[in-house]
Amino acid sequence: MRKSKTAVVNTQSPATDSDLSIPQSFTVTVSVRRFNPDVDQETYLQDFEVEMYATDRVLDALHKIKWEQDGSLSFRRSCGHGICGSDAMRINGLNRLACKTLMKDLDVTKPIIIEAIKGLPLEKDLIVDMEPFFAAYREVLPFLMPSGAEPERERIQSQEDRARFDDSTKCILCAACTTSCPVFWTDNQYFGPQAIVGAHRFIFDSRDSGAASRLEVLNSKEGVWRCRTTFNCTDACPRGIQITQAIAEVKQALIRGKI
Amino acid sequence: MAPIPATLYRGREGMWSWVAHRITGVAVFFFLFVHVLDTALVRVSPEDYNAVIESYKTPIVNFLEVGLTGAVLYHALNGIRLILVDFWSKGPKYHRVMLWVISVIWIVIMIPGFYFMTKHTFEQMFGGN
Ligand code: HEM
Ligand code: SF4
Ligand code: FES
Repeated sequence: MRKSKTAVVNTQSPATDSDLSIPQSFTVTVSVRRFNPDVDQETYLQDFEVEMYATDRVLDALHKIKWEQDGSLSFRRSCGHGICGSDAMRINGLNRLACKTLMKDLDVTKPIIIEAIKGLPLEKDLIVDMEPFFAAYREVLPFLMPSGAEPERERIQSQEDRARFDDSTKCILCAACTTSCPVFWTDNQYFGPQAIVGAHRFIFDSRDSGAASRLEVLNSKEGVWRCRTTFNCTDACPRGIQITQAIAEVKQALIRGKI
Repeated sequence: MAPIPATLYRGREGMWSWVAHRITGVAVFFFLFVHVLDTALVRVSPEDYNAVIESYKTPIVNFLEVGLTGAVLYHALNGIRLILVDFWSKGPKYHRVMLWVISVIWIVIMIPGFYFMTKHTFEQMFGGN
């Protein structure tokens, strides 16, 4: 079924020459996997037509649908700028942030398929229950566990020591990685890549002394050894974190018994 | 729990190489299972063993053998790649390059492999002597 309430008006550029300074809009079909727990037994794809510019984001398309066509469309977003981690979703079959995916990077001649992330309980449309994901993160003790007496000033760290875990500090807890993982889809108990990244952030921090406890958690049955190195997490991370590398480093730390 | 949308995740090289690794791993496992059974048969009845082995000498089984060789070869080469991903510090960075390298090695081995393994069958089928 195709709902088309927006009239499609292309920019009123004179047909004389292809003036590059005037951006051209175009109509794109956005196919959203809908689900309303009150009425639906199954999810279904619903098509919307929206007018977009090449520089628009998928999030803009969702806004247009929600604000102009169907107010019942449900999704999470907050910052709109890739920092709050609210709007991870499957865009054309790959986990992406809607706010960081531009029209010009998608094939707009075909419908853009938008679905909720996989492996977490679906609540409505593009919204899933993130609680199991956050619970896994909490389990790896994601806070600084310093040793010794509290210093009077800040805890000093060399640039080299800081660089050691720089990559894993970038995580915004969007769940794009964990819900792209085939192991997580079939085994919801697996801690998942994000929790390992979160643990890595502190395990390799020279100011921290809780590595042993975190490594113990990750050495469990549902820990790092579940990882099958499919690289889906690394490919999905909107922050470009080398997740599989971080997981490999945790595996190494466990095997060698040192960091 | 609400139904999880069932559309296939598109993935990239890493995911598909893993899918192939698991399929070839399971396939090789089932081959070995059957192979243990047919080999064990020799101690039960050498005549039946001979009959079973004789029944393998058909073009179809020959092509299955080529498939098995391809599966084992992929599984072994990719297995080495996975070991490097986990144990070589630059492994994760070069995982895609390593996949192309093992693909090339696989093709280079499988072309003559296919030729020599199926030579006999082709001669039988089309050679006519
Ligand atoms: C030729 C030497 C072999 C090598 C180098 C090898 C290597 C590996 C490695 C490294 C893994 C782990 C993959 C991962 O972490 O995701 C693996 C998994 C596996 N292997 Fe092998 N293997 C070999 C032979 C075999 C044989 C003979 C069988 C069958 C009996 C087999 C069946 C499997 C299966 C079922 C898996 C599990 C796949 C998965 O978890 O996705 N492998 N192999
Ligand atoms: S590691 Fe990347 S993909 Fe995973 S939750 Fe953090 S920011 Fe998102
Ligand atoms: S809306 Fe905040 S990360 Fe996309």
